[in-house]
Amino acid sequence: MKRALLAGAALAIALVGAAPSMADTIKVGVIAPFSGPFAIYGKQYSEAIGVYVAQHGKAAGDHTIEFIYKDVGGPNPDNSRALAQELLVKDQVDYLAGFTFTPNALAVAPLIQQSQTPTVIFNAATSVITKESDMFLRTSYTLWQVSVPMAKWAYEQGIRTVATSVADYGPGIDAENAFKAAFEEAGGKVVDTIRMPLSTNDFTPFIQRIRDQKPDALFAFLPGGPPTFGFTKTYNENGLKAEGIRFLGTAETEEVNLQGFGDDGIGLTTAYHYSAAHPSELNEQFKAKLVELYPDAIANWASVGAYDGTHLIYEMVKAAGSDGPAAVEAVKSLEWESPRGPLAMDPETRTVIQNVYIRQVERDADSGLLVNREQGVIATVGDLGWNK
Amino acid sequence: MSLFLNILVDGLAYGMILFMIAVGLSVTMGLMRVINLAHGGFALIGGAFAHWLTIKAGLSFWVAAPLAVLGTMAVALPLERLIYRRIYGFGELQQVLATIGLTFLMIASINLWLGSSLLAIKLPAVLQTSVDLGFRTLPMHRIVVIIAGLAVIAGLWLLMERTRFGIRLRAAVDNRATASALGIDTGVIYGVTVALGAGLAAFGGVLGAELLPIEAYYPLRYMVLFLIVVAVGGMGSITGSFAAAIALGVIDTASRYLVPEYGTIFFFACVLAVLAFRPQGLSGRA
Repeated sequence: MKRALLAGAALAIALVGAAPSMADTIKVGVIAPFSGPFAIYGKQYSEAIGVYVAQHGKAAGDHTIEFIYKDVGGPNPDNSRALAQELLVKDQVDYLAGFTFTPNALAVAPLIQQSQTPTVIFNAATSVITKESDMFLRTSYTLWQVSVPMAKWAYEQGIRTVATSVADYGPGIDAENAFKAAFEEAGGKVVDTIRMPLSTNDFTPFIQRIRDQKPDALFAFLPGGPPTFGFTKTYNENGLKAEGIRFLGTAETEEVNLQGFGDDGIGLTTAYHYSAAHPSELNEQFKAKLVELYPDAIANWASVGAYDGTHLIYEMVKAAGSDGPAAVEAVKSLEWESPRGPLAMDPETRTVIQNVYIRQVERDADSGLLVNREQGVIATVGDLGWNK
Repeated sequence: MSLFLNILVDGLAYGMILFMIAVGLSVTMGLMRVINLAHGGFALIGGAFAHWLTIKAGLSFWVAAPLAVLGTMAVALPLERLIYRRIYGFGELQQVLATIGLTFLMIASINLWLGSSLLAIKLPAVLQTSVDLGFRTLPMHRIVVIIAGLAVIAGLWLLMERTRFGIRLRAAVDNRATASALGIDTGVIYGVTVALGAGLAAFGGVLGAELLPIEAYYPLRYMVLFLIVVAVGGMGSITGSFAAAIALGVIDTASRYLVPEYGTIFFFACVLAVLAFRPQGLSGRA
């Protein structure tokens, strides 16, 4: 039954695709969580798209671009696939975008491959996704892309022993593997690899275990929000900082929840591709427009993922209108300047090549708020996990 | 030896936090027999008030925490009048549906008011220090939670067993019609008890926030945890909830020290075993 439906859908798409394209409105379907515990992603995406449209207008070349938002709720591959099908068949969209969670992105791969619909991933960060369809393009990052530079930088700083502690799920294990491989290749030693159950509330046992081993640093990866908050709190309270065990992370200090850390957050070191405190004219313009349109908005990595994704869609529409394969071909090696720094598409992995920055949390003297202060660029890298 | 002490200290501290966040539920669900899934909602409201008062209004934690508890009780009283009063007579499933609906309303309201990011509560400097126990350090706020937990259990025991209010409450719960025929104003007793449960929920939410941070989805995230503590402790018994919370805290902590690779299976296996042998809970009346 499902197969028959799919075949029907594919046929319908093929028929539509065959007719000469007369419409000059090009529709983009955005699939993201807009309700529930992950609604913040939908908010960040739609605000970033709003900023881009306000800055560049609704027209791309001869076409007008229209965005259609669909709420996927959370990590829910079945729903993601159903929404994609609805957008492709009923709304006749020419582009798809969004996708916060890896399973949601993977679920639409067969559909977009059949309908040849370019699909821009705003967030989902597992390397394998873009292998599943050559219609996928990614403007976020991959876990390898940020974890490997972190490991190399740590070694250069004289850190020789590290304990990794990651949440026991796909992205956590990806981060652990990436860090371990790179750190051991550089000559360092990973003394312990701890996988913490996702439902952990009290992290003290893991933190004590790390403390007893006295490594030079700990590398952590946890999902944003309460787990990250609990883990870093416990790290501080149990005196690891005082013992000289440094905290190394990636997305833990993202801006939406950053102020929640209070003074405990100061000194946390992360390697990541975007800091809202990135000193550049474009970033200032981006943030100014964002706050002008949405007074309570906070820019974070999900915002720039969506902002640059929107840029990519505009460029594709300018170059090829609704011709999917030609559109992807046109932007495969595109280079542009983003609020996060210089970006280029990698024609092989279709993930952005970008700067990864080393940042340290500090309190900004002017605003009194915590910021991720960039200490320098540690690498300009593509997706290092493509061949792993 | 130091491992054993670590498990004991961390288990006690974690168990006490479990007790603090679940004690309000053991009042409303355990004593009053209302399946109150909105319990976490009251903890969220208390936490949100404390967040707003310490961060936005700039009050000290010592002023903000009692205000947050009182504020939550002030929200609970009219809710009891308007909604809970109708829920008491419902069957179990209807109570579940009504109170979970209430929870969604609370989540949506907080989301609208303060957004869905973490709502941190600013602690005074003294609570952010650590105390040296000789073989390791323990964060000051956990010691405060342990003291507060002991105070709450002592206070509730005195209230229920040694005061006229406690006698009246127990009478009203056991047989409302007879209690009311004997001249006890059961409406007031129920109203005050719901407010007490909500106040304790808020107190637990505020004190436990260092471990279980407040955010809009708090009530759903930790609902299973509250229910487990009350179910294992036994309905109608606050000392049972206390024993259950400490035992579960120690078991969970021990499993994370000794066999972290088994994750939470160990914890749930223990819960299953207790409920298989004592379906009414550790100290519940059948």
